[in-house]
Amino acid sequence: MNFENFSDFLAMGGHGLYVWMAYGVALIVFVANVAGPVLKKKDILKKHAQRLKREKMTS
Amino acid sequence: MSTPSLFRVFATVLKRDLTLAYRRRQDLVNPMIFFVIVVSLFPLGVSPEKTFLQEAGAGVVWVAALLATLLSLDSLFRSDYDDGSLEQLILTPQPLFLIVLAKILSHWLVTGVPLLILSPVLGVMMHLEFETIKVLMLTLLLGTPVLSLIGAIGAALTVGLKSGGVLISLLILPLYIPILIFGTGTVQAASNMLPIDGYIALMGAIFALSLTLSPIAAAAALRISLSN
Amino acid sequence: MWTFFHKLGSPKWFYEISGKWLPWFAVLSAILLVVGSVWALAFAPADYQQGNSFRIIYIHVPAALLAQSCFIMMAISGAIGLIWKMKIADVFVKAAAPIGASFTFLALLTGAVWGKPTWGTWWIWDARLTSMLILLFLYFGVMALQSAIEDASTAAKASAVLALVGMVNIPIIKYSVEWWNTLHQPATFTLTEKPSMPVEMWVPLLVMVIGYYCFFATVILLRTRNEILERERRTNWVKKLLEKGKDKEAAL
Repeated sequence: MNFENFSDFLAMGGHGLYVWMAYGVALIVFVANVAGPVLKKKDILKKHAQRLKREKMTS
Repeated sequence: MSTPSLFRVFATVLKRDLTLAYRRRQDLVNPMIFFVIVVSLFPLGVSPEKTFLQEAGAGVVWVAALLATLLSLDSLFRSDYDDGSLEQLILTPQPLFLIVLAKILSHWLVTGVPLLILSPVLGVMMHLEFETIKVLMLTLLLGTPVLSLIGAIGAALTVGLKSGGVLISLLILPLYIPILIFGTGTVQAASNMLPIDGYIALMGAIFALSLTLSPIAAAAALRISLSN
Repeated sequence: MWTFFHKLGSPKWFYEISGKWLPWFAVLSAILLVVGSVWALAFAPADYQQGNSFRIIYIHVPAALLAQSCFIMMAISGAIGLIWKMKIADVFVKAAAPIGASFTFLALLTGAVWGKPTWGTWWIWDARLTSMLILLFLYFGVMALQSAIEDASTAAKASAVLALVGMVNIPIIKYSVEWWNTLHQPATFTLTEKPSMPVEMWVPLLVMVIGYYCFFATVILLRTRNEILERERRTNWVKKLLEKGKDKEAAL
């Protein structure tokens, strides 16, 4: 462990803003990359259900 | 069915345009990317030296914003023209200038506001001072609505024509020059520590003038374009 | 080996086998990324000169590596799609572009955030940053082209061509910007990612790099699977799958 306590960890020797900004944006990018396809999958299932309903009604 | 209030008309057209824009999200991103690329061309093509970039930065960002807005203007009326809904809008008993104003507001929200949001990033890349960037954003806040307003006139004049793109630029760029000069002038003054109140007042005046007159001019232009 | 490629041509086979790989990649990338990040933030040493801002390297370098290799993978995949007309290759190109763009963006942003305490400036028009910025523009171009063309196979062919041209362009950009830069502006500070670093630093870096690549594999599988479901939605196997999915509300 390189830090004495948690507030030192947050401060990062004065560079806290930069380090946490970088890691924070990285987290957002990772989450967005996963959320995109997961939500798309739900959308695909929903559209498929709608299409089935339409086809049943017109058949 | 009672006639809808003017506010309802305005709100309905605004909502419709925003919804349509949302459905073609990728098309909105393209002018943004163009904006960033054009700004990047100057350090690459002229000089990456900090002194040059700081001096040219505000002007470059403004010109790029202007060009990016020009690119996006064609979409203001064209898709409505293509499917015939523009004709219907012209035929409604509601005042056309109000409908046009709603469309312009929608255009500004999806084009001008993103440009405004991107401008500080570009300001940093051009090594502009923090204070200068603030003034740059203020001028864009006043200026981008004017770009949409005046641009709508050009879009309305050329909506029926095939060669829309370059022609709009030729028509509108001369009209854009005053706001460009005042916009960049404000930023220059700010970076030289001079007061900018006068400049901001002038830009405000241009904004007020275009806000009141452009929709009327654009509406007239639309009627002309669709008169055949 | 060739049977593998041959089978890969079938979207159905790909969908089935990728379904088996996906959880492994997902778990592996989660573990590696979490372990790597904690290691990077708390246990790796600070740099003698840069202090704790050096920790950004563990985010920045893997992102930059992934951004560049993703484009190469995209271009090669595009070539395979053009030459052998493999559907999966086309789907890969479409799926890879947004991922690559997001990591290029991450590399640029973390680089800027790192640059501020280290170089005193958020941005500098030097060879490496400029060529990464152009890479980002190339990714955006592929994405814009994909969304502008409605027909899937035409879009695939067009973006494959663009990606290939971009690939050829990347060394040109790298060299021209380097020459241009050394004429006008010497590099003030360059990152070195070679193991002239001590072990305590390059091991967590390696962990993060592998974690990033596993994450890429996970996301590309998620995206390509979605893409296949959409393109093949009229086939029987997809219809059956979507029925089951609807009933189970399958997540992945």
